[in-house]
Amino acid sequence: MRWIWIDKFTEFTSQQSATAIKNVSLAEEHLHDLYPAFPIVPHSLIVEGMAQTAGILVGEARDFAEKVILGKIGKATFHRLVRPGDTITFSARIDQLSEQGAAITGTVTVGHERVADIEMMFSHIDQNIAGLEFPEHNFVFTEQFTELLKTYRVDTKVKI
Amino acid sequence: MTITQDEIFKKVKDIVVESLGVDEDEVIGTAVLKDDLGAESLDFLDISFRLEKAFGIKITKGEMTPEGLTNDPAFVQNDKFTPAGLAELKTRMPFADFTELEKDPAVERMSKLFTVNMIVTFVETKLKSQS
Repeated sequence: MRWIWIDKFTEFTSQQSATAIKNVSLAEEHLHDLYPAFPIVPHSLIVEGMAQTAGILVGEARDFAEKVILGKIGKATFHRLVRPGDTITFSARIDQLSEQGAAITGTVTVGHERVADIEMMFSHIDQNIAGLEFPEHNFVFTEQFTELLKTYRVDTKVKI
Repeated sequence: MTITQDEIFKKVKDIVVESLGVDEDEVIGTAVLKDDLGAESLDFLDISFRLEKAFGIKITKGEMTPEGLTNDPAFVQNDKFTPAGLAELKTRMPFADFTELEKDPAVERMSKLFTVNMIVTFVETKLKSQS
């Protein structure tokens, strides 16, 4: 089962921007691991949420034909902790998109409060990393994953 | 207004520092991105994106880092560039300094072409062709 960390998209503009939300519940096990008496969402999982939001945005820009991997996190600045009961909003914008990959600027908020500013670079790995070969099938956007995405296409106002 | 070579160098230096997380004083003109500054293949894409943004240029695939040459037996034999391979490389990378590679044209030494100065000259060439 693919690990999906975002709950749903609330906005999706092909090749431009996407916004997704994640509801944080105290029932999630990871919240009890970092500081058992003070449950917070680890910064790494906030970065993961942005990577998933932006990664799908970058993948959709080429109709999920490319194997999109997170190449680099150029910047990740955190301003506020995220705690149980919060709804995290991940907003990703494509700054640059090329045959080889994409550069993303992301902001993470809870309500009107800024949680983090994140810059990321994604690579279309078949177009990069000269000399290395990867499996022919798309192991990033699998059939199972694209089936899941169809629920956004069919059931919601946000079309992906 | 024309940007000077010094101004290009300063911007390139900032980009390399940010992209590779190296100290400013390490980023000298002759520094080889891979050998001296620890750049990996994905860093070249990152640097390419940053150059586009900083200088308002468009860099197409293979323009700064030529592709497909090393798989061609006319250009590479016994892990060394043939004279035709070197000539092709020079045609595709007129902005690079081939002094070191010509002494020993081993394919693995191709990375020595990618210096900070090479990026500066590449940007300078791009800006001239756009103006």
